[in-house]
Amino acid sequence: MKGYITEHPILEFKRGKKVKFYFEDKEIEGYEGLPIAAALHAAGIRVLSISERYNRPRGFFCAVGKCSSCLMEVDGNSNVMVCMEPLRSGMRVRRQKGKGQKQ
Amino acid sequence: MNSSTKNQDPRSQKNIQNFSSSKFPNFDICIIGGGPAGLEAGIVAKELDANVIIIDDNPVLGGQLIKQTHKFFGSKAHYCGVRGIDIAKILTDMVDELKIDVLNNATVVGYYDDDTLGVLKEDKLFPIKAKIYIFAAGASENMLVFENSDLPGVYGAGAVQTMMNVYGVVPGKRALVIGSGNIGLIVPYQLLQAGVEVAAIIEILDKIGGYYVHAAKIKRAGVPIYLRHTIIQAKGKDCVEAAVITQVGDKFENLKGTEKTIECDMILIAIGLSPLCELLYQAGCRIDYVPELGGNVPYHNENMMTSKSHIFVCGDLACIEEASTAMLEGKIAGAKAYETLYKENKKSNEIIVQANKELSNIRSSPFEQRILSGKEKMR
Ligand SMILES: Cc1cc2nc3c(=O)[nH]c(=O)nc-3n(C[C@H](O)[C@H](O)[C@H](O)COP(=O)(O)OP(=O)(O)OC[C@H]3O[C@@H](n4cnc5c(N)ncnc54)[C@H](O)[C@@H]3O)c2cc1C
Ligand code: FES
Repeated sequence: MKGYITEHPILEFKRGKKVKFYFEDKEIEGYEGLPIAAALHAAGIRVLSISERYNRPRGFFCAVGKCSSCLMEVDGNSNVMVCMEPLRSGMRVRRQKGKGQKQ
Repeated sequence: MNSSTKNQDPRSQKNIQNFSSSKFPNFDICIIGGGPAGLEAGIVAKELDANVIIIDDNPVLGGQLIKQTHKFFGSKAHYCGVRGIDIAKILTDMVDELKIDVLNNATVVGYYDDDTLGVLKEDKLFPIKAKIYIFAAGASENMLVFENSDLPGVYGAGAVQTMMNVYGVVPGKRALVIGSGNIGLIVPYQLLQAGVEVAAIIEILDKIGGYYVHAAKIKRAGVPIYLRHTIIQAKGKDCVEAAVITQVGDKFENLKGTEKTIECDMILIAIGLSPLCELLYQAGCRIDYVPELGGNVPYHNENMMTSKSHIFVCGDLACIEEASTAMLEGKIAGAKAYETLYKENKKSNEIIVQANKELSNIRSSPFEQRILSGKEKMR
């Protein structure tokens, strides 16, 4: 799959099975079990949410579940930390606007 | 973290009482964080025969080590020449062998008045209680403020290292690195290994912050290091497309007319870490501001005991240093926690004496003077 490191001088990547999921209703592929954020970035998607007041694009910052910069809407739930949440088949992922639709 | 708890504050004491604690017996020692510090603490305490649990929010143990593909420095006793990822494997195997209880994918979200922890795992919040807590949660990366620093593409250097070395995904094609400490020198080298371009490393001081070997390696690879430079702006519509850097004067003021635009789609911030001591604030531990140790740090004595006699700390959470010292502090915390609960014995005593000896060896290097004076200040 494009977007993933395949050859590396030191590391060998063991990945789960390929699954389909949806970003803004568009079908894309990713590896099951990797964080949703990894799948999105491999697919070239870097804007994860839109800020509350000034509508500014937001991306991840820490990638280890510490900063809350990566909150998105997943399967209708707001504020899912996508740098930690593992990808599963059929997930529906959306950019979150501000604090999200569903509170 | 999932969201079925989103309407209530999952951290409220009322909420936590709704969960039964029967499945989770009381422990002697509970360790928060499964990095090198927490793992060593757990291994030592278990070897001394205490009843231990380690809680970590990742699917695998090892903390920062799981993304360190480079070989470590130091003495043989401290895994010199061994890659971080392999040290993580050695420690994890020991934890398995000793049959230490481990709670993975579990985040400690609160410390309550009755000395209970609130733990969130797969949407469930439950309490865990232990006689002694050892906090080894590590640190988080510092942010830097400049124009458009909120644009996607401005990432923590460690964050990109995680994406790249743990998940095998590189979130960009060309990087600019801010800061020339060890992280700022090592991550760009690993980016090159993953086939990503590195435009430059910039450093506001007039000398490189990290070890000479790391700097020499990255320079040999053709990456320029600009000293006395800082970033003033990120450019781009939805994501970073370029960065504007400038030279600084003696008072770190921006020197007009020296601005340069560097094309890049990632700006990696590697300007330092801050200890994760929120839970210790909640626990009522004394927190001191000691810049040498990384900012706000939990007060601790030479036994790694905080201002509360049942709470210990070790590793980056106690002071921003390195894996070798984190492991030694972990050993001391583990053994001292055991001694606090039971009694000092020959074995626990030996562990502490040996760890202290090795610590003072490492800290006698000129690089470590800062740490020593910081620890001195706190006492
Ligand atoms: C790029 C880079 C290069 C480095 N190179 C070297 C080197 O060459 N040599 C060297 O000696 N050191 C090196 N280090 C430093 C070393 O990795 C750290 O000092 C060391 O990992 C600190 O160990 P720790 O156990 O204190 O924290 P960590 O390794 O950060 O582990 C803490 C763990 O606790 C977990 N945690 C945090 N909060 C919670 C919570 N609330 N609930 C549950 N779990 C939680 C974290 O997710 C993590 O798994 C490097 C660091 C970086 C980033
Ligand atoms: S990027 Fe920091 S929490 Fe996800």
